[in-house]
Amino acid sequence: MVVAERKPLNELLEMVQPYKKILVAGCKGCVTVCNAGGKKEVEILASELRIARKKEGQEPDVKEITLERQCDPEYMDQLTEVIKDRDAVLSIACSVGPQYIAGRFDDKVVFPGLNTTFIGGSLEHGVFAEFCQACGACGIHNFGGLCPIARCSKSLLNGPCGGSSKGKCEISKEVDCVWQLIYDRLNRLGQMDRLTRVIPCKDWTTSRDGGPRKTIREDLKL
Amino acid sequence: MRLQYPTNIRVIMVPCTGRVDVIHLLNAIEEGADGIYVAGCLEGDCHYISGNLKARKRVGQVKKILTELGLEPERVEMYNLSAAQGPRFAEIAREMTEKIKNLGPSPIGQKAKAA
Ligand code: SF4
Ligand code: SF4
Repeated sequence: MVVAERKPLNELLEMVQPYKKILVAGCKGCVTVCNAGGKKEVEILASELRIARKKEGQEPDVKEITLERQCDPEYMDQLTEVIKDRDAVLSIACSVGPQYIAGRFDDKVVFPGLNTTFIGGSLEHGVFAEFCQACGACGIHNFGGLCPIARCSKSLLNGPCGGSSKGKCEISKEVDCVWQLIYDRLNRLGQMDRLTRVIPCKDWTTSRDGGPRKTIREDLKL
Repeated sequence: MRLQYPTNIRVIMVPCTGRVDVIHLLNAIEEGADGIYVAGCLEGDCHYISGNLKARKRVGQVKKILTELGLEPERVEMYNLSAAQGPRFAEIAREMTEKIKNLGPSPIGQKAKAA
């Protein structure tokens, strides 16, 4: 899933400060799963905004909505009614959401309520980690199924570096050295010979280096 | 056992404090409550294993939010006591009331009343 985290409240209060009628818009997709921007988080943020405004002696006017998804044009329709009288929208979808809203509703000011951090998964309840960097040409089969691009601090294709120590990366004792994990796993798979092969430089044109990316599925187009 | 405790306290019953979520506490603040406390079972004694531990974490989260909002985090508190501790219940009620009285009324409630 796309993992994101809430921006600090003060930052958000400053963003929406000039606007009276606010809409807090959540998303039932990834950000619900990573507890950053689902219905529950919409309720909490809206309540925080109302308390902050009441504290300033203002009458708060904050509406709430949580869309099926904020990354599909058809679900944008769910906003049409509720957005009409709003001065500003605070979207707590991943950063795709506020861009969709900005694209659809020309006259509305939109703010991102979250910082979109990475593509990853949960390690345990409340703990999320990065697993993929969307390089556009997956090669994890070369590494025992583990991604050194996203999970090695230096994105080494022929690791480890000299900083690997007791299974941890030199940047922090909290960070696993993925190259240790790769070695351990290849060992268990009986594929240690793979490590004698030198992996050549990666072609990054499938990644961001090739400019903004697009996927077209002719079979699905209407 | 007839025990006296301050009449300003409104008791809201829940099946387990694990049911109490961040939004419930925030809504109470929003509506102008001067203080809120969650009274859960003793730690280790939850019938649902960890409801009271979860409640404590959520209270902690609300304390953080109150601080960010420039309100006193002491306005929300977590207490643990067993159903057999009637006198302790009354004592906590007095303790919390005293604490909130010292803090004074919530600015949110004041504004709500004035509006
Ligand atoms: S190799 Fe590329 S696509 Fe595969 S997991 Fe790593 S970053 Fe993601
Ligand atoms: S210690 Fe391991 S994870 Fe860290 S940079 Fe070196 S090879 Fe990569």
